[in-house]
Amino acid sequence: MYRYIIRRLIFAIPILLISSVLVFAVVRSTFDPLGGAAINPRVSKADIIRVKHELGLDKSPVQQYWTWLTKFLRGNWGSSLLSDRPVYPDIQSALVNTIVLGGIATAFSLLVGVGIGVYSALRQYSWFDHFSTSVAFLGLSMPNFWFALLLQIFFGVYLTKWLHLTSPIFYTAGLSQPGSSGFNLIDRARHLVLPMLVLSVQIIAVYSRYMRASMLEVLHSDYLRTARAKGLKESRVIVRHAMRNALIPLTTQVAIDVGAIAGGLIITEAIFEYPGMGRYFVDALFRGDYQQILPWMMVAVFFVIIFNLAADILYAVLDPRIRYA
Amino acid sequence: MRDQDQIERVAAATQPLPVETDVSAPEVPAAIHERVLSTRQLAWRRFKRHKLAIASLSILILLGLLTLFIPLISQYNFSQLNLFRRLLGPGSAHWLGTDNLGRDEFTRVMYGGRISLLVGLSVAISAGVIGGIVGGIAGYYGGWLDNALMRVTDLFLAIPFLVVLLIGARFLDKFLPGSSLVHTILILSLFFWMPDARIVRGVFLSLKEKEFVEAARASGAKDSRIIFYHMLPNAMGPIIVNATLGVAAAILTESALSFLGFGVQPPTPTWGNLLNDARGFIKVAPGLTWFPGLAILLAVLCVNFLGDGLRDALDPHQKLGSKE
Repeated sequence: MYRYIIRRLIFAIPILLISSVLVFAVVRSTFDPLGGAAINPRVSKADIIRVKHELGLDKSPVQQYWTWLTKFLRGNWGSSLLSDRPVYPDIQSALVNTIVLGGIATAFSLLVGVGIGVYSALRQYSWFDHFSTSVAFLGLSMPNFWFALLLQIFFGVYLTKWLHLTSPIFYTAGLSQPGSSGFNLIDRARHLVLPMLVLSVQIIAVYSRYMRASMLEVLHSDYLRTARAKGLKESRVIVRHAMRNALIPLTTQVAIDVGAIAGGLIITEAIFEYPGMGRYFVDALFRGDYQQILPWMMVAVFFVIIFNLAADILYAVLDPRIRYA
Repeated sequence: MRDQDQIERVAAATQPLPVETDVSAPEVPAAIHERVLSTRQLAWRRFKRHKLAIASLSILILLGLLTLFIPLISQYNFSQLNLFRRLLGPGSAHWLGTDNLGRDEFTRVMYGGRISLLVGLSVAISAGVIGGIVGGIAGYYGGWLDNALMRVTDLFLAIPFLVVLLIGARFLDKFLPGSSLVHTILILSLFFWMPDARIVRGVFLSLKEKEFVEAARASGAKDSRIIFYHMLPNAMGPIIVNATLGVAAAILTESALSFLGFGVQPPTPTWGNLLNDARGFIKVAPGLTWFPGLAILLAVLCVNFLGDGLRDALDPHQKLGSKE
């Protein structure tokens, strides 16, 4: 078991290195930091050459990559091309915000999704099962940014008007009230609810279907009949014997999904103007600021690879059949 | 006649749950027993039982015709401005109202649908072709080639999808001449083939061991003939089902890209950038937010139901839940 984990961990290093080469190559060839200056008649040729030299862009691509990588690994993540703000603290705070939002949404979806999935499986073809199937279909077919707009209209405009409120129950943008200082839990929660709901719709739809399928599979297995035959209580059979095993495939799925959170909440964050990783990326992309995009991509890729690894290891730990196979 | 009723009753009973229709075969009249049905006829028969899929197909055809013939139906052009008639609500002159520049919203939603449906279809087809080739080669030849191709597939599946699409859109804009529409189709196709590849590989792996393939090989058929003549037709069912579901995913992704401003660029309307335009007028003209969104929802829902019906018809062994 430990050898398996160690082997996988060692394997992750070349994968990370290859990804860093790919990221660097694609980002550097896509964005030309001096493209705007080159066609600006007020910028002299000499200035362009000077700036190019300062940024190290006159060196060969391999040299550029190596300087960038060594600096990156030492914690020197560079600073924004346009504002000259150092990238590291900005990405760090964006990452924290995104993990908070994504974590809450995942936890909530997991709770609801597993509940719906298990209940649907236990009452297969009941009205609840049909209903949850239809709602899941609707959730998967709905563009989530549209759902976000509708929520913004409802909470931001109509509900506030109907209830004669001075501020909406749940805010439709941002992280905290402008002008407020310090951390206020209630204020923060009122900002988090809508983006969390938008994220949850699709996750709940997927998880509930997933859970229903794996629960149905387990419910028909022989060892469950054995458990009942031993005279165990039905609740114990369902929770301890069926659910625990049915959760295994979902666990690895969740691990993979959590890894995608770091770079994956782009649409939701853009709509709710939530200062997380997704919004940081979209802003940087609009400006073409490769100095911001490079470390951002590396963080996103790092999370994906590490959590994919975690998913594999989790699977081996939870399911002995993998280990001995 | 009685049997016909029974078939319909069974279909109706399994209606709301389109998947896993475990319809035990109703008593078949003797006349049908005598006629041997082809695979295609059997599939059509199973598909017809799926009322929701039939309804979805009709809606999609209607929607497709509307978007195709919108120049004949509507008296407005999608880019025709009328600054005196801005942000009107739905009415008899403008069925769905007008936008902030006085353009007819109904015409724009239909033109947008033309683009969105075109993107969805082209992406699904080209992704099916790429996935078919990759999965076919991997499944047929096996060995290290299979291993390498499947690792590449895993790699594509693991990268954060939207991020790569956004960067990729910029990349194409820089290096490839052409419209944003072509770029969007290209970049989506490039990241939609992985499920197709996996499915085709799986089917090919199992087909490879079948007797009729052995027989073909024994009689000296070339690899290409075995692949295209003997195996591919047998793999068409899963491929078509998956391509249909791919249309839905492509429509959703295109609308998200265009909504963020990185997909198809205005003045060409798509459902995504119509919604992006509507953001500024949420309070004054909520209709602008409702209609394109409802159009996406309707189209994607119908395509998904259609895919489910096709799955039951063409690929009866597969169940939902193995969708991921």
